[in-house]
Amino acid sequence: MLPLSVYLNVAVGGVLTGLVYGLMALGLSVIFGVVRVVNFAHGEMMTIAMYIAIVLFSAFHLDPLVMLVPIAAVMFVFGYLLQISVINPFITRPEHSQFLLLVGVGLIISNVLLIIFGPDSQNVQVAYAFDSFQFGPLIVDATKLYACIAAILVAAALFAFFQYTQVGTAIRACADNHTGALVVGLDVKRLYALTFGLGAACVGAAGTMLLLIFDVTPAVGPAYTLLAFVIVITGGLGSMPGALLGGVLIGFTEATAGLLFSPSAKSMFSFAILVLVLLFRPQGIMGKRAA
Amino acid sequence: MIGRLIEGVPRRALILLGLLLVAALLAPLVASDYLLTVLILIFYFAYVGQAWNIMMGFAGQLSLGHALYVGLGAYSAAALFVHFGIGPWIGLLVAVPVAALAGAFIGYLAFRFRVGGVYFAILTIAVAEFARVGFDHLNWTGASAGLFLPVKQYAHNNLWLLRGHPVMFYYLLLVATVLAFIGCRMLLQSRIGYFWLAIREDEEAARSVGIDTFRYKMVAVVISASMTAFAGVVFAFYYNNLFPEQVFNIAQSIEIILGPIVGGIGTLFGPILGAFVLTGLAETLTAALAAIGVDIPGAKQVFYGLCLLLVILALPDGVWPWVSRRLGLGGDGK
Repeated sequence: MLPLSVYLNVAVGGVLTGLVYGLMALGLSVIFGVVRVVNFAHGEMMTIAMYIAIVLFSAFHLDPLVMLVPIAAVMFVFGYLLQISVINPFITRPEHSQFLLLVGVGLIISNVLLIIFGPDSQNVQVAYAFDSFQFGPLIVDATKLYACIAAILVAAALFAFFQYTQVGTAIRACADNHTGALVVGLDVKRLYALTFGLGAACVGAAGTMLLLIFDVTPAVGPAYTLLAFVIVITGGLGSMPGALLGGVLIGFTEATAGLLFSPSAKSMFSFAILVLVLLFRPQGIMGKRAA
Repeated sequence: MIGRLIEGVPRRALILLGLLLVAALLAPLVASDYLLTVLILIFYFAYVGQAWNIMMGFAGQLSLGHALYVGLGAYSAAALFVHFGIGPWIGLLVAVPVAALAGAFIGYLAFRFRVGGVYFAILTIAVAEFARVGFDHLNWTGASAGLFLPVKQYAHNNLWLLRGHPVMFYYLLLVATVLAFIGCRMLLQSRIGYFWLAIREDEEAARSVGIDTFRYKMVAVVISASMTAFAGVVFAFYYNNLFPEQVFNIAQSIEIILGPIVGGIGTLFGPILGAFVLTGLAETLTAALAAIGVDIPGAKQVFYGLCLLLVILALPDGVWPWVSRRLGLGGDGK
């Protein structure tokens, strides 16, 4: 039997990582909530950001935490262009059609990364990689703490944008009533592209920070896409606080399940949570749904 | 009965279909070993695509986790064979009910709680992933190290035990594809087929005219899962090895559904054409890249992805409706 503090440390580590997962899922949730497109290339988009961070670190020794905002900006542009060029014609098409499109996009992304960077896993070795903070019996990894704080800041900035800016309000109007938004003269196409860009920026920021915690390979995308789905549906598709809450819940579950059972079985528990949520509260913990 | 099956099908279509069937029957006589493995793959995907199409194309329920039924079918029959020496045809008596039960479980949960659309799709992925991780830890079936069927040199093809030359698997899958094609045609012409189409087009309206939508969606899942389980059994005995990472993988589910989507969802010939187009495309890309001396891992998939984008952009309804119009076969159907 392990001492209680070990469980506590693992659980806190899981919660901190979970908040970064939550930011990743927030990107998915924002895109679905507004554009109504299910981004099946979400994890692949995140790997782009992770590899940008790797290149910046190995070539110029730029710390991922410092490069968070520039990388998010690059991903914003990527998402914006992807929406206006490829995805926009598909927003009125059936789900399976969108699914095929984004599977194609994901396939291209992960294999272009494979061609450029090869199949081996890579990471960044920052100076504070093995630092930790001690709060009484609790030991917290510095990387996880920094990543989590950055995730909270990015999420807060996004909340503020949607709540207090005119563009944010316009985007929420599009999400609430597409026809109404067109009627009052909003440029819905541009707002959709902005939203997709914001979603991409979120997942880019999350990827940059996850790099402090995990390695990356070109093939890791689909697993993160799936994780983002699990989180978003658990928390409530389209609910922003729900995505963060779902992230915390899944991060905590995976960390503790990895400790109590076996790390390789940890995802079984998040899928089990997803099935339970779909059964008893299909709209998610924080979600609202008419049907 | 045959009269009803070919009712309303243009003469040209019947002749073309007959020629295709003859070509398929004669193919092993001229095909090299390599081409034969490609053809086996094509008919495997044509058959599974047909099974998936019942759920999505007919009843409008998007399943992204059909690898679950392949895997359950494959593992049930293979485990019975390895542990008890029970042959695949008897094994089917277990494999099919197991997959059907899994389908019924997902359907019951989802349809009762009115979980639909994207939520249903994610539920199917989640159950398949759950099974993948579960089988990774199930020692009885070899866990993540895999389950291996004993391989020997067989003097004769043994159809009863499914041991033998690839040609046998080719004809087995060809027959399965033809039967699935005919079966789907019969289903579409039956009362239940019309109920499915009504549910697909407008579920509320279907319910309001008195169709028991829960029941008929359940029927669709169970039929689709059962048919897919058979493909799983053939998969197990053809490859002789099973890994949870491979059979239950989401990539397997995606491959299964690409064919019918590219071929044309809801059409009878779409899954078959889609399997030909996609497998043919993949093999052509491999050959073309080898010919120009490109040996970069990932290059093929990039082109494959680009082709997928082009197809879905140019032919949103799939390739078959377009081909069908070109051949002057009219509308959709056969």
